[in-house]
Amino acid sequence: MDIVQPTPHLKQALEESTGFQSWLPYQSAQSCCVLIAHIRAENLSIAYHDRLALEAVTLQINKGCITALVGPSGCGKTSFLMSINRLTDLIPGCQVSGRLHINELDVMASSTNLLHLRRQVGMIFQKPTVFPFSIKKNLEIALREHGMHDQATLASTIETALQQVGLWNEVKDRLNQPAQTLSGGQQQRLCLARALVLTPEILLLDEPCSALDPISSGIVEDLIMSLAGRYTIVIVTHNLAQARRMADHVALFWSVNGSGQLLEHGPAQSIFESPQHELTAAYISGARG
Amino acid sequence: MSETSMTVVVWTAATLITFPFLWLVGDLLWHGWHQLSLSFLLFAPQDAGREGGIGPILLSTALIVGVCMTAVMPIGIGTALFLSEYTRNDHLLGRLIRGSLDVLAGVPSIVFGLFGNALFCQALGLGFSILSGGLTLACMVLPILIRTVEESFRAIAHEQRVSAAALGISKRATIQYILLPAAIPGLLVGSILGLGRAMAETAALIFTSGYVDRMPTSLMDSGRALSIHIYDLAMNVAGGNPNAYATALVLVGLLIIINLSASWIAEKWTSFNQLPT
Repeated sequence: MDIVQPTPHLKQALEESTGFQSWLPYQSAQSCCVLIAHIRAENLSIAYHDRLALEAVTLQINKGCITALVGPSGCGKTSFLMSINRLTDLIPGCQVSGRLHINELDVMASSTNLLHLRRQVGMIFQKPTVFPFSIKKNLEIALREHGMHDQATLASTIETALQQVGLWNEVKDRLNQPAQTLSGGQQQRLCLARALVLTPEILLLDEPCSALDPISSGIVEDLIMSLAGRYTIVIVTHNLAQARRMADHVALFWSVNGSGQLLEHGPAQSIFESPQHELTAAYISGARG
Repeated sequence: MSETSMTVVVWTAATLITFPFLWLVGDLLWHGWHQLSLSFLLFAPQDAGREGGIGPILLSTALIVGVCMTAVMPIGIGTALFLSEYTRNDHLLGRLIRGSLDVLAGVPSIVFGLFGNALFCQALGLGFSILSGGLTLACMVLPILIRTVEESFRAIAHEQRVSAAALGISKRATIQYILLPAAIPGLLVGSILGLGRAMAETAALIFTSGYVDRMPTSLMDSGRALSIHIYDLAMNVAGGNPNAYATALVLVGLLIIINLSASWIAEKWTSFNQLPT
């Protein structure tokens, strides 16, 4: 693997445009070759009814990379993920403080257009959540809502998205059948296609494989890896082997006195091979967590 | 209690409960069947209902029920949406509404009749009319409908709403394109059950839509509903029993059809929703 060494000129230009230390001198993995900050959390804390769930997380997530959020249950990984597209707004009593930027967009600002933000940031959940309609309608609903009405454009966009998730050949003859007739793995890929039709820049994946059988899980995992580079992917997973296979970067969350904290983060290789924190080492070896 | 005696008790109870129903339907068929004919369904009653048919009464009933359902649907769906999508369980206004609906659902229909007479017939000046009757029935049917529809909204998994939000779909569009279509079966079942209740109502209509058995020409005409016709023939008209039986047979037949279709829709939908995932 190559050490990333941007030209000084490019480095300066990027730092000026983003106002952030975008270049980190560590090894890149797989598809992730240019380390440009895409999502920046600074001192991000999340509380539910005054109970702190996540405390002062500062984390940079790079463009086009797969970043895995790992750690034991209840340490705020999903809360962090949901704050990126402000789904935390839907949770009664949830309060987010600190700063979160996607490129130049201040996500937490009250003026942020949430519909626009969520179009830019797609999300997939643990359980496939297809709408109780046909396969085609599942994809059409969001497209129509975002202003696409032309039948021909709709049809071609839907075909492209289904091909992108490898579902087209399996469903092209039954687009009008209920989406619930698909298998779990197919439903999860349909959910992914549903997010991809909106051409997001970021994909948030909350344990996308944990409700699937091993074969479907493998297919979805390969699919996610094939999307890296084109999308910035943030994945919450409890499966360390999966994080090791997929991720360019890993952030380990840990529960300290009942609230989640970011314990350690960095390139996947260094987290897995030379963890700095002893809890990280214990978690990775399976001794803790 | 031994296993056998328990089984006997349960079976006996279940058999006993079907007995009154079978007796009722059997009795109606026995006395009413030979009176039934197409002309009975189409022609106007004569000689205070002893002769002739129930044409105008069927039409009045349909109009009263139509007015009722037209008023009930938008208010019912709107309130159900408010309760399930715009308020949480502990919301003060939500609790107030739920509480008052529970009370309303238990109010005797004669009270609704007097209330309807005071409000629609007198205060609003609609007089004894199909409109007054339909609106009074609407007040009566609303609590049932709202609860059924609210339940069908709540039965939709919360994840659907979160997924929709994650796709940048607005709340309005989520309701319009996802929740309402997904709740249609519940909506249908709720309105069919409400329809059944409205169609069989007597007491609420006596003081609101009135007794007149002529063919109605507008919603402002007084119109006699099926159940009132039965009541009148059986209680006030000597020799009216044969036609009272025939009318009751028509009414019970309609109610059975309505209830069967409600359970058919519910069953269809459940089997559709239980497809392997």
